Amino acid sequence: MEINVKPDIPVIEVRNISKEFSGNYALTDVSIKLYPGKVNAIVGENGAGKSTLMKIISGVYTGYEGTVIYEGKEVTFSTPAEAQNMGIAIIHQELNLVSNMTVAENIFLGREPLNRLGMVDYRKMNEKTREVIARLHLNVDPETPVYQLRTAQQQLIEIARALLLESKVLIMDEPTSSLSGNEIDLLFSIISNLKEKGVAVVYISHKLDELFRIADNFTVLRDGKVTGSKEMSELIMRDDIIRMMVGRDILIRNRKEPETDGQRKELLKVTNLSLRNPELPSMFLVNNVSFTLSKGEILGVSGLMGAGRTEMLEALFGLHNEYVSGEIEIEGRPVIIRSISDAIRAGMALVPEDRQLQGLILELNVAENTTLASLMKVLSFGFIDRKKETEMCKRFKEKLNIRLASYGQTVETLSGGNQQKVVISKWLASNPKILLLDEPTRGVDIGAKQELYEIIEELAAEGMGIILVSSELPEILSLSDRILVFSASRLTATLKKGDADEEVIMKAATANISYAP
Amino acid sequence: MNIKTLQQNLLKFQSVIALLLMCIFLTLMTDRFLTPENGWNIMRQISVNLIISVGVTLVILTAGIDLSVGSVLALCGAVTAGMLKFGAEFTDANVYIGFTLFGAIVGGVAIGAFLGCFNGIAITRFHIPPFVATLAMLTIARGLTMLWTGGFPITGFEANMAFIGTGWLLGIPVPVWISAAVVAAAVILTKKTRLGRHIYAVGGNEKAAELSGLNVKRIKVIVYSIAGALAALGGIIVTSRLDSAQPNAGMGMELDAIAAVVIGGTSLSGGKGTIMGTVQGALIIGVLNNGLVLLNVSPFWQQVVKGLVILLAVAIDRMNTRKE
Repeated sequence: MEINVKPDIPVIEVRNISKEFSGNYALTDVSIKLYPGKVNAIVGENGAGKSTLMKIISGVYTGYEGTVIYEGKEVTFSTPAEAQNMGIAIIHQELNLVSNMTVAENIFLGREPLNRLGMVDYRKMNEKTREVIARLHLNVDPETPVYQLRTAQQQLIEIARALLLESKVLIMDEPTSSLSGNEIDLLFSIISNLKEKGVAVVYISHKLDELFRIADNFTVLRDGKVTGSKEMSELIMRDDIIRMMVGRDILIRNRKEPETDGQRKELLKVTNLSLRNPELPSMFLVNNVSFTLSKGEILGVSGLMGAGRTEMLEALFGLHNEYVSGEIEIEGRPVIIRSISDAIRAGMALVPEDRQLQGLILELNVAENTTLASLMKVLSFGFIDRKKETEMCKRFKEKLNIRLASYGQTVETLSGGNQQKVVISKWLASNPKILLLDEPTRGVDIGAKQELYEIIEELAAEGMGIILVSSELPEILSLSDRILVFSASRLTATLKKGDADEEVIMKAATANISYAP
Repeated sequence: MNIKTLQQNLLKFQSVIALLLMCIFLTLMTDRFLTPENGWNIMRQISVNLIISVGVTLVILTAGIDLSVGSVLALCGAVTAGMLKFGAEFTDANVYIGFTLFGAIVGGVAIGAFLGCFNGIAITRFHIPPFVATLAMLTIARGLTMLWTGGFPITGFEANMAFIGTGWLLGIPVPVWISAAVVAAAVILTKKTRLGRHIYAVGGNEKAAELSGLNVKRIKVIVYSIAGALAALGGIIVTSRLDSAQPNAGMGMELDAIAAVVIGGTSLSGGKGTIMGTVQGALIIGVLNNGLVLLNVSPFWQQVVKGLVILLAVAIDRMNTRKE
């Protein structure tokens, strides 16, 4: 499809949009122009209003003040389908796939091609699917059920679905959040392709590096207001954008080298840790991994999605017990970990990857979440003592600087950074020796990230051993004392702080991967 | 107080308000509603449903469901009746064991707990969805009741047995005392104990609960066992009141219990809800049943009205949560 492009006239213009949620304004007087044949980037911290704005443009939210002008005419969409029919497609941040259905069924969901008898034309559907996923270099059979795919592949399916719509405006909300380097490159080449065809790409991202690679112009949102909008050029500095996003300067500091008195005491020793895949017991999710962790050390763990980092933490923490083998020593003594409660008793704590799905009970309040893993510490005569509970919460609120209205507030209402701090509190309450952190700053805004870094360093300084899994290389590089790199379930490098840089890590992270499907 | 907080408070106490409105309406429409006899009558009628509903509330708080309570009620009522009347006789060994009233009650409740435990194990060890596992138990327990009773009621017990279902203590019917004790214990359990907190956590987010070191399977087994034991207690009260264990006792009671829980604002997806909400739910159903009889509404229409009330209550509840 060729679109008649007039590059200087915006395809969508948003004028003075405000949107209120029960008394709070998520957007205030926002005006933005989105141009065809360009990558229009929208950046901002979590909660800045990016997604809200996109949901207005794509017809998800209907009640708002202000006007949306599409192709020169004022429009008000009442459903997402209406916006889609008029040429506005959106790839949501969360995956919206039906996991039991096949790749082709998902891509054509809601617009299945029919044959003459009015039945679904599977042949045509699979054929067209093959075409579109080939463009994404995704080498899977259209009849594979989606649940068998890796997260990155699922995200590509989501993108394929939007590509097939051949829309005039394509909104991508954090499309790279679970893609690896190669896949991101591919996505960017597809975006350039769409640009040439005159599609207005709206690109929402946290990752500023991506902005510099593909954006033509950018708009910064902060607290629901536009704080800057510019053409991309060499004159734009990363720090300028960050300032617009957070309203102040942020630097990734280099962690001070902890004072090492010769040798630090060894805390954890892992020998030949393996985890077989519960679905395919002949395959390994973690393959023969050995390493040590000292008191007060931050051990960074890097690698691509699916390299076995999360699985390594889970194996340590007593999940999938029957599939795990290997020896674990804590403070020189061998320990046997058969369950999560064994792991907790041995002094471990795990802050999981997805705080909403695995870390928190959203319906419960801050106090209840904080004491969940150590309720026996707040009992009096066998009953929960609210006073003790509040005291415990207060201690961590102060230590971690958690911002909340009351301990009785449900955690659902906290920001991402504060939610993560509640998860950390829960584990600090159990007095761990070893803290396992899985992507602790994912989806957290820059200001809160900084605070979490400080907390991690402080805990290490107090003598805790910390294993930090992260996909963000700057984070790993600036915080870690040593870095483990995983690739395809194996440990491919153990680097000292001085020896590691992004290049060395990426090389180790892609070792022994053959890019066959 | 501004209008918004007033509104919120109104919504918070919606079931209390609904209950009051119903009572006012019935007081105006019939002269038999607001009498002490009718009041105790209602209380006595709801006490069994309330006892069962407390157990079902705990199950639903873990995001489960228990459809077997009606049948478990019948089986345990019948077993208690049998133990009391015939004892246990083993002709081969020439042994006869007679049961005191207390022994028979303990036996009945223990069997209820065992059946609930069976549900819990089926759900946690064999990964059978709660709906299916307890649906199977609904049939199994009903079948066992028929086998135990031979399809005929067991009647005629010692005088003390009748006291449980029909007696008065300090001017209040005994079943009401029992249900009040059950409610009090359950309120303390849910608000004050580790197990209570864990029940909410498992229902709110099972994965997070597991990762926090909670023994999710054990918690679920305990909760289904409690539900079974409370159903058994309800069965004993029913048997005592009728002075007879009916093989088809408790049919459809699981639905009344679930209705009370749901009207009381407990979320079927778990993690949210209170025992006091269930008490209100049970009261609403009780007053509704009573009122419809007093108003001479045909029994067929009564069922229709009850269903509509459930829909209305949950619809209002949904609207509130969505507003938040």
